[in-house]
Amino acid sequence: MADISSLNTTAVAIDAAKPQLAAGPRGKRPARAFSGTNIMVYGTLLVFACYYLLPLYVMVVTSLKGMPEIRLGNIFSPPVEITFEPWVKAWSSACTGLNCDGLSRGFWNSVRITVPSTIASIALASINGYALANWRFKGSETFFIVLIIGAFIPYQVMIYPLVIILRELGIYGSLTGLIIVHSIFGMPILTLLFRNYFVSLPEELFKAARIDGAGFWMIYFRIMLPMSLPIFVVAMILQITGIWNDFLFGVVFTRPEYYPITVQLNNIVNSVQGVKEYNVNMAATLLTGAVPLIVYFVSGRLFVRGIAAGAVKG
Amino acid sequence: MTSSVSIQDLSLSFGAVTVLENLNLDIRDGEFLVLLGSSGCGKSTLLNCIAGLLEISDGQIFIKGKNVTWEEPKDRGIGMVFQSYALYPQMTVEKNLSFGLKVAKMPQPEIDKRVARAAEILQIQPLLKRKPAELSGGQRQRVAIGRALVRDVDVFLFDEPLSNLDAKLRSELRVEIKRLHQSLKNTMIYVTHDQIEALTLADRIAVMKSGVIQQLADPMTIYNAPENLFVAGFIGSPSMNFFRGTVEEKGGRKIVHVGGVDFAIDAYPARAPILSGTNVVLGIRPEHVTVDEVPAGGDAHAAVVDIEEPMGADNLLWLKLAGQTMSVRIAGSRRYAPGSQVRLGIDMGMASIFDSGTEQRL
Repeated sequence: MADISSLNTTAVAIDAAKPQLAAGPRGKRPARAFSGTNIMVYGTLLVFACYYLLPLYVMVVTSLKGMPEIRLGNIFSPPVEITFEPWVKAWSSACTGLNCDGLSRGFWNSVRITVPSTIASIALASINGYALANWRFKGSETFFIVLIIGAFIPYQVMIYPLVIILRELGIYGSLTGLIIVHSIFGMPILTLLFRNYFVSLPEELFKAARIDGAGFWMIYFRIMLPMSLPIFVVAMILQITGIWNDFLFGVVFTRPEYYPITVQLNNIVNSVQGVKEYNVNMAATLLTGAVPLIVYFVSGRLFVRGIAAGAVKG
Repeated sequence: MTSSVSIQDLSLSFGAVTVLENLNLDIRDGEFLVLLGSSGCGKSTLLNCIAGLLEISDGQIFIKGKNVTWEEPKDRGIGMVFQSYALYPQMTVEKNLSFGLKVAKMPQPEIDKRVARAAEILQIQPLLKRKPAELSGGQRQRVAIGRALVRDVDVFLFDEPLSNLDAKLRSELRVEIKRLHQSLKNTMIYVTHDQIEALTLADRIAVMKSGVIQQLADPMTIYNAPENLFVAGFIGSPSMNFFRGTVEEKGGRKIVHVGGVDFAIDAYPARAPILSGTNVVLGIRPEHVTVDEVPAGGDAHAAVVDIEEPMGADNLLWLKLAGQTMSVRIAGSRRYAPGSQVRLGIDMGMASIFDSGTEQRL
């Protein structure tokens, strides 16, 4: 019986809708892919993309040319004869004013600076953020505010005092000193990042873990860390690219034998010994930029969203 | 009757804001106590204090006779179930259940035994290898209950465990929690804002408002003899009908005079004789009114049907009486068209009268 009556009502509904059906659907049809507007929009985007990619193109092309070809002056033309000579030279034998072992020295210095600084700053900041988010103590808000203010003080103001502190500690000019400086300067922004992330995790998870008897470290390692991959990836990108690209601290806090790759690059490009080897300079610059580039490309895939999905109502 | 959880003079304040003040509560062994109140009344806060997740400002908490005021949550002998389930997302159901036991360094065979038992009680054996994200809301909440179950605790704490579920699952799980309580006979403290959950589950209900327990009694007492105006208005759906009026004496009978209508109240079981001239609020539940079935010799009041809401088993009439709207619940089979003239009989024995100044029951 129920079926019959519902059939009837459907029929009635169709009858009522007939005039509208004849008139066709109301409203505008969605635009097609190749409408005038779309061509305009994508065309503009394409132009801008080319504009930004062009310098990179010129660098790659130039770095693969020999000097005679560069002297012809056609910076946009692809290399007639591809040579990797400039890359090899940039890596292993380009000269600064002081030495002639190329970028490799700076590269390994930078690795020795970036890896420990990144690990130390992220480890410390994540624990800071976790404590500030979940284990509120008396004055924790004040502590947090003070830390955040630290993020807004210009670096230049703190350089001289830091030099004195490092000198008193006897680590001025060493890699250790520079690593400590990088870790300190990463602290405010990273702590903010981690605190806000941990605050956004469901508080009840933390409570459940406490009732289960887990303590400070157990909750951090067993509950919080496994849910925090996205924020660790973000922090890693920030730190690796930031520290790798740093120039100022590298110059100020180290001696020439510990100069990071950025300083080494500057010295190679700026050392005037006869002809400017544009191809070597370009190759050296690309080598310097390679690490942040690779970090972006690789870690982009690691941005796994919804790690916490399923913990709370989904 | 020994008390399982005892709260003495508990106070809690966040900075200048006092949330709970001098709260006292004794929960009997094996009792199902529901803390009922609207959001922000302090019921979840109180539960968190019992769990040890909030440090109290003053007072003492005893669980099983042990003073646990400053004890760590894990040592209090409590298990807690949260509204958002709070399952560890990266662990399987089995790991979720055994996490607390592993932390307590329990031997593996014992862990396996307990997990198996909890899984059997809650019928989640097929889910043990799954991650929380692969479970439905009802299943997740079962696992969350299981996590409290494996710890073999004295007291279960529920913080609005069913609020995130849809209506059908909610009533299913409600029955299951009740069954669990009947078989385990543990003390359970259950926080909710849902009066149906409170009335169906509780041995006793504590109705809370602004951090103060308004009434602590069994569900029937709460429903039929609310201690004050707030409890009367909070419990019951549709809510109790309230008439503001004055007690007078007319023809040798006590009446409440409300906007031209006299309600005789000599059948009302007053705690102390109500003096004439008292301003009162007369509360009548929708089901304690009869329509066109006034017994011989009973008082009848003429009223007009305003709106009819048929609900299947029941039929809800909204009427005009004494210049205000009142709701009346009658059998679903009896229908009245809007505008019908009806005669109402009121069961004064089941009514509530409150002092309009103190709002306390008279």
